[in-house]
Order: sequence, then structure tokens, then C-alpha cells
Amino acid sequence: MPLDWPQRRRRTPAAEATSRPASLTRDQGLWLIGATAVTLAPHAPWLPGWLAALCGILLGARALLLWQGRRPPPGLILVLLAAAGSVGVRMTYGHFFGKDPGVALLALLLCLKLLEIRSARDVVATILLCFFMQLAVFFEDQSLPVALLALFGTLVAVITLLAQADPAASQRERVRSGAVLFAQGIPFMLVLFVLFPRIQGPLWGLPADASSASSGLSDSMSPGSISELSESAEIAFRAEFIGAPPEPAQRYWRGPVMTTFDGRTWRAARTQETGTPSYTPTGRRFDYRLTLEPHGRRWVLALDFPGLTTTPLRYASTNEALLSRPVERRTRLELSAYPDTPTGLDEPPAALAASLSLPEGYNPQSIALATRLAGGARDHNEILERVIAHLRTSGLIYTLQPPLVGRDSVDAFLFDTRRGFCEHFASAFVVLMRAVGVPARVVAGYQGGELNPIDGNLVVRQSDAHAWAEVWLAGRGWIRVDPTALAAPQRIESGLASALPAGEALPLTMRQNLAWLRDLRHRWEALSNAWNQRILGYNPDRQKELLERLGFGRDDWGALVGVMTGLCVSVLGMLIAWASWQYRKRDPLQRCWASFCGRLARKGYPREPWEGPLAYGKRLSESLPEHAQSLLEIAACYARARYGGTPTSADIRTLNHKISRLRL
Amino acid sequence: MYLVALSATPLRRVLDRWLFRLGSPEAAPIRLHQRRIYVLPTAAGIALAASLLVMLLTSINYSLSLGFGLTFLIGGIGVASIVHAFRNLFGLSVRPLRVAPVFCGDDARFPFAIDNTRMARRPALALRLHGVTTRFDLAAAGTETIELVCPTTQRGLMPAGRTVIETRWPLGLIRAWTVFIPDVAALVFPTPERDAPPLPSTDFGEAVGERPIRDGDDDFAELRAYREGDSPRHIAWKALARGGPMLTKQYAGMAGGHTLLQWRDLPDAMDDETRLSRLTAWVLHAEKAGVTYALALPGKALAAGRGEAHLHACLQALALQGAPAGTRDHAP
Repeated sequence: MPLDWPQRRRRTPAAEATSRPASLTRDQGLWLIGATAVTLAPHAPWLPGWLAALCGILLGARALLLWQGRRPPPGLILVLLAAAGSVGVRMTYGHFFGKDPGVALLALLLCLKLLEIRSARDVVATILLCFFMQLAVFFEDQSLPVALLALFGTLVAVITLLAQADPAASQRERVRSGAVLFAQGIPFMLVLFVLFPRIQGPLWGLPADASSASSGLSDSMSPGSISELSESAEIAFRAEFIGAPPEPAQRYWRGPVMTTFDGRTWRAARTQETGTPSYTPTGRRFDYRLTLEPHGRRWVLALDFPGLTTTPLRYASTNEALLSRPVERRTRLELSAYPDTPTGLDEPPAALAASLSLPEGYNPQSIALATRLAGGARDHNEILERVIAHLRTSGLIYTLQPPLVGRDSVDAFLFDTRRGFCEHFASAFVVLMRAVGVPARVVAGYQGGELNPIDGNLVVRQSDAHAWAEVWLAGRGWIRVDPTALAAPQRIESGLASALPAGEALPLTMRQNLAWLRDLRHRWEALSNAWNQRILGYNPDRQKELLERLGFGRDDWGALVGVMTGLCVSVLGMLIAWASWQYRKRDPLQRCWASFCGRLARKGYPREPWEGPLAYGKRLSESLPEHAQSLLEIAACYARARYGGTPTSADIRTLNHKISRLRL
Repeated sequence: MYLVALSATPLRRVLDRWLFRLGSPEAAPIRLHQRRIYVLPTAAGIALAASLLVMLLTSINYSLSLGFGLTFLIGGIGVASIVHAFRNLFGLSVRPLRVAPVFCGDDARFPFAIDNTRMARRPALALRLHGVTTRFDLAAAGTETIELVCPTTQRGLMPAGRTVIETRWPLGLIRAWTVFIPDVAALVFPTPERDAPPLPSTDFGEAVGERPIRDGDDDFAELRAYREGDSPRHIAWKALARGGPMLTKQYAGMAGGHTLLQWRDLPDAMDDETRLSRLTAWVLHAEKAGVTYALALPGKALAAGRGEAHLHACLQALALQGAPAGTRDHAP
């Protein structure tokens, strides 16, 4: 009868895993709730208010249940909550597809999942969902604080997994192990971040809501539209000049050029686009790097007047530079500007005619004023001078809060309210010029900018939005005239804040007397800019530049992947070396004993695996009678230290001393 | 993912031989060095890898620079956890200890002494054999004895067999394990029959009654070769001291005046296991009653005797009855 053990079927390890204690211990649960809370917190501003509140309530409820040691609610309630939440998401967004409703549903799912955790597998699923939600925050916000919060969230999630794998560990040990793992993950992140081959997205069509709403100039201008922007300290773009930046009076960043006027609103006319500018860049040259915040339009907002550079641009016939696609993400451009270039020397007659039209029956007082001013003038130059002189002397007031104006907006500004923001000045000037047959147009854009003393970047904000005018003079082409400067020259020289009358409310950070606040803001913005340029701006192009700098070809992906793999493997090798080194760093008492056993093994008396220290000592003393005394002492000393309670360093010293005195 | 859990036996056997280099039982201590620790992702690890792929594709599609960073960081932590899982087993040394014999139906306890020489705790370890798992932690720089309690269903020698030490620490994403066959076995005695009939009478059987029963032990008859289980009082110490072989003194009293428990005296209709069960019960009764008893099995006979050693020898003979000769050598 042959024996054939074992006959019984094995239980599979998978069955073992699920049969582990299902309910969370209190500390495991707290870590899990903590990981979820840290993950969802940065989502709160972007989620619909009711959903953010619901998530908060669900998290609180879970924490309360855990604290009281009660069981999670029955599945039916969770299903009903999930259904109600989905209906809410459908009602809020009108559909289920796309990024925003998807993120909202996932946030709801994460909170509900937390309420129905029954096994170790549920914990892992929750943590994986947390990881994805940490990524989802970056759809809306990739700023430095959000990134730090995501790192913290990852650390908490890792500790949650540690708490799950090792329920017996102390919190301190968990945090320590988590931090070690986290630190060891960072070299891999750095290598892969820099060297993982980047592909320019999107891989598939983005949903319509992929890019966030953005503020900025629009392609039309009516009274009040620019003064609205001036309330915002949000950054429109940054410029980093190679060499000195142009003086403030030259800092005109050109946006849409508006030619058609319906009596109230200025609009950009259709223009032709070409690959080269219609002017010949001449004069002084300024090279700079422009980093545009997404504004959803094609305008480059280049400094007047952009010349040809490595960046392929489109040039409109009205001299503004355009990109081939709307700016939906932060974009970096290498540009050059020639502020002294004459433009429009051979402007086509059709364009000039378009720059003369005025709507019938609007602003009769202004037209009468213009005719009176132009009376007896020899040429357009003289008319221009007279109009400028009139505007300068007529006591118009520059203000952030212009009063509302009615149908004849220019008349109301010039003769009635006499208070206005740049769009009122520009509009009034162009109407006056056109009324007497001088081609003129409104240019919208930004004027000025603030030099950040920390990193030397010129920061241009929405509050720097501006409107000015251009007139066309035979032989001189289009000439820039800034009517605002006539009433408030400080606006151009030193910015909005100094140009406003005293007592006018300003946004907090624009106030002159809060120097420390401005300094703090400069520092923060320099840091954000570095972050934007180095980290967020690291795209396929930057990666190619880096490859070139490292001495590879621009498209040498093989080398890139090779270097990346090599570095990852060496990091892994270092980790394994660390693991082995940790192993050698073992118990000093054990080390003493091992060295003693090793010495005797070399003499031909190895310790048998089953022999305890005392038995071994006895056998040795029989084999080496001349050393019997010391051998027995060493064995007894080791046994006493090993088995007689916690060994002290004195025990180890004694043992070491005895072993070193042994002369075989 | 669970290579070890593969139920397809031929594949398992091939893996054991070629990958894990399992063959015959290993001598103690079994040191867990680099080449015998294996790592593979668990189901959770594979789920994480899938999520990371989704996160990577999302980052590419929406050009999320930080998304790349986060994905790579979590991936890096996952890779680092491989090393931690490996390190949690690395350098352990395992010594299987003696297994106490048990009666079939009782639980066999396989004790293992596991030495942790590192000055750090080793958490969340598991020891598995015969489908039974014990989870344990090892304190820093210490030795702990871990027992695996396996139910027994068949008499004979129950080798420890394929033994696995595994860990899913630190994140549960990676399983590190090692496989070995320790050189220990549990001796499983047959289940004693319940309510067995009383012991056969002293003169039960043939030939026994013919000899006069005299003063028993005192009457030295002959010397025979020493057999395991013989009482030390009966060993011919003088002969041994002279450098001779180990011999046992045979006394006239031992040939008679004892209970002879014989396989062949049991009814023919009885099957082998029931016979062994009955004989086991009788051996135990006889020992308890203080009677001298002899056991005769096909191919093996134990001379009459008494005491712990004799009882053990009889039970061992009963446990191993019919087993191939080779397995008897493994008897502890």
C-alpha cells in the first residue's frame, strides 16, 4: 500500500486572501478616510456645490460610523444614494459624457465606496480610485500648491496600503516605511519624467470641455468692456527679455485691431493672413520669450512689431500676429520686436476706406466738434495735432469706474460725463478722426507690465488691458496715438495704479503702500513662473531640446529609451544593494558569535546546525582540551546574553573580549 | 499570478523542478538567499499597473505634465515595494523542528524555528504547507517558533512537503515567496478503534501456551540484535563495552506470559485499515493495563515488551505497515 500524501485539496491562496478579517480596524479606517479626504479636498472648488457638500457629509458619516464601531449602512441605501447622485450630475451638466461629469461621478463613487468596504480588495480599489482622482485635479489646476497636496495625498495613500498589509505595526513605523517607499519612488519619477518619450496629445478627440474657461480680451469693445478686466490681477502673459526690456512707453502688446463701429461697439474686421508681415522690420530689436496663459483666441499679443523668428506665426493685414490655433494651454514662444518699424506705408485703398466709415446718425455733437477743429487745417497732420490738443486740454478724467453712457456713447463721454477708461478715450479719438476723413482704428491689447525683481520677467496682467488708436498719415503710414496718455500720462509711464485719481478703490495687491505684500507676490509669481516653465512646460519640444543638448539626435528615441531604461535599472540595482546592505547590518551579538563559529570552522570544527551554543562549546572543549576553559566560557557567555533577556552592550563587549583573547 | 496556486499538477511539477529547483528534502537550516526568493505582482499589483496605464494615457491625451509626474511616482513606489518585499524575506533562516507523532484524525503540528538576524521587525509573513497557512510577524533580532497545524486523514508518514514562506508586505501589490521541502515528517499512527473488543487473553494464539510461564524476566535465554524500542534495561551493556555490537538480552519470560497481538488472528473479513485500527486500540489498552504485549504484523514482529519505547515502536510499526521500505527510513 504505497503512501501518497497529501490527498486533500489545497485551499488556494486567493481564498485565503479574501477570508482575512473583513472589517477595518479603527486606525486602518482613519488612514483610508484621510487619504480620501486629502484626495477630494482640492476638487471641492471645481465640483458642483451640492456634490462637494454631499461628499463631505458622506466622509463625515464614514468617520462617525468608524468611531462608534458601527457597521456600514446596507447596500440598498448606497445604491439609492448613487442613483440620486447620478441624476444630480445629469441635471447639473446636462450629460454624462466628458471630463467634468466624469470627475463628479468618480468623486461620488469614491465616497460611496468608502461606505461599503468589506474586504482588503475594496481597500485597494479605493486607493486606486484615489490615485486617479489625484490626477484628475490636474485637469483644472496644476499649480505648485495643488502638486504638493497631490504628493501628500500619495504618501497618505501609500501609508493606508501599509496599514492594510501590516495591521500590527505602530503608526510611527507605518509613516516611516511609507516615507522610505515614497523617497525611493522619487528617483524613478525624475528619470521617467525627463526621459519617458513624450507624445503631443491629444491621442483622441478631446471633449468640448477639455480646456477651462479663460478670461481676457475679446474681439469686440464697447464702453466698460476693458475696465471690467482691470479689476483682475490674473496674469495674462509673461515676457522674459534677452537683454534690457523696452522702456514702459514702448510696451504696447498688440491684440485685435478693431475697424468697424456700429455707434456703440467696435469690432475686428475680417483681415487677410500671410506667413510674412506686410512691413519690413527695421530699427532696434528686442528678443524675448513670451509665455501666454490660455485665453482661447489666436492672438499672440506680441510686442509691436513682431519680426520673423523661429516660431512660425501668421500675420494679419492689420499687423497683429496670430497662431494657427487658439491658445488653449500655456504656450511659450520665442519672439522678437522692432518697435520703430514704420507700418502701412502702402496700405491698400480698400483698407483705408474701411478705416473711415462711421454709422449714420450717431454722435452728432462729436462730428460737429471734429469738423470745427479741422476747419482751416492744411493736412491730416495738423488735424491730428489739433484733436490731440483739444483732448489734452478739455479736462477729461481717467477713471476705473466710468459712468454708464447711452446711445451716443462718444457724445456722452466728451460733453456730458467727461469721465472714462481707455476704451472711451480710444473710441472718442477714432470717431473724431474719422469724422474729418482721417483713417483711424482702435487697437486692443495690453500696455505696460511689471518687472518682477526676483526673476526679471515682465508680468502682464489682465488689469494691464488697454485700448489705443492708430491713424494713417500719408507718407508715414499707421501712427500709434494713445489718447489715454493725453489725459493720464502716468498710465503709460508707471501703470494703472498711479494714473487713477486719489481715493479710487484699487484691487488689494495693486495698492502702492503694501510694499511687503507686493514683494511677497513677486516672489510667489517668480516661483510659479519657474514651475510653469520648467515642470509644466516640459513638453515634447523641450524634451527634444534636451536630447540635443545631451548629444543625441532630435528624434533619437532609441537612445532616449535606452538611457531611461539604463537609469531605471541602476536605480533598482541601488535599491537591491541597499536591501543587501541592510541585511548585513545585523545583530552585533549574532555577529560576534558568527565570527567565533567561523574561526573554529576554519580550524576544522564547524558548528552543526542542530547544536546549541552550550552543546557546541562542550564538544569544542573535548576536541581542544587546551582551550577548554575559554571555549566553555565563550559559549556560556553567548548563551546567557542570547537567552537570558535582552543583551546589553556590556554583554557584547565581554563576549568580544573573550573571543579576541582566544589564541588557537 | 499565483504560480504556486496553479492547480494544474503537471505544470506545477515542471515549475517546481525547473524554476524553484525543488527536488529532495533539504537539510536544515534553510537560508533564504537571493536566488531562492521569487517576486510577482498580486491581483492588486496588476490592478495598479492597469490604473497607471489609464493615468498615463490620460496624461498624454490632456498633456498633463503633473499627471506624468504622479503616474511615474506611483509606478516608482510600486517598483520600490518589490525590493521591500524581497528584503522582508531576505536573510531569514528556517529550521524545521521535530514533529510529534499523532493519531490519525488529530492535528499534526509542524514547528519551524525562524531566525531573524536583522535588527528590524519583519512584518506580515505567512508560512504555508499542506494548504494550511499561519500568519506571523518576526520581532527584531530574534528567533520565533511558528507552528502549522495540519489535520491528518491517513496513517503513515506525513512529510512536510512543499513549504512556502511568503509576504505581501509592504503594499500588498507584490508577493515575494520562497519554496522549499524541509526534511521533516509527521508520523501518523492509525486511529485507535473506538469501543474495541477487550484484549485477547494471555494464552490467545498458538504455541504460546506450551511454554511454562515461570519467573519471567529473570530467566535469561539468549542474545539477539538490538531493535529500536528495546528497553535499556535489557541491553547487553557488557557486550557493548567490550566493543561488540549492540545486543538485547532475551529472557525466557518474554516468550510467554504476554499478550500476543497478531494481524492474522483477526477475522478474515476485516479490511487492513480496520485491523490496524483494532491493533492500535489493543496496544494502547495493553500499555495502559500494564500488560506485557507483543505485536506480529505481516513482515514484522515485535517481541513482547512494555513501556514508552515499546509502545512507540509498536505504534510506528502499525503506522508504517505496508509502506515501502524506503519511507521507513524517514521515521523520526
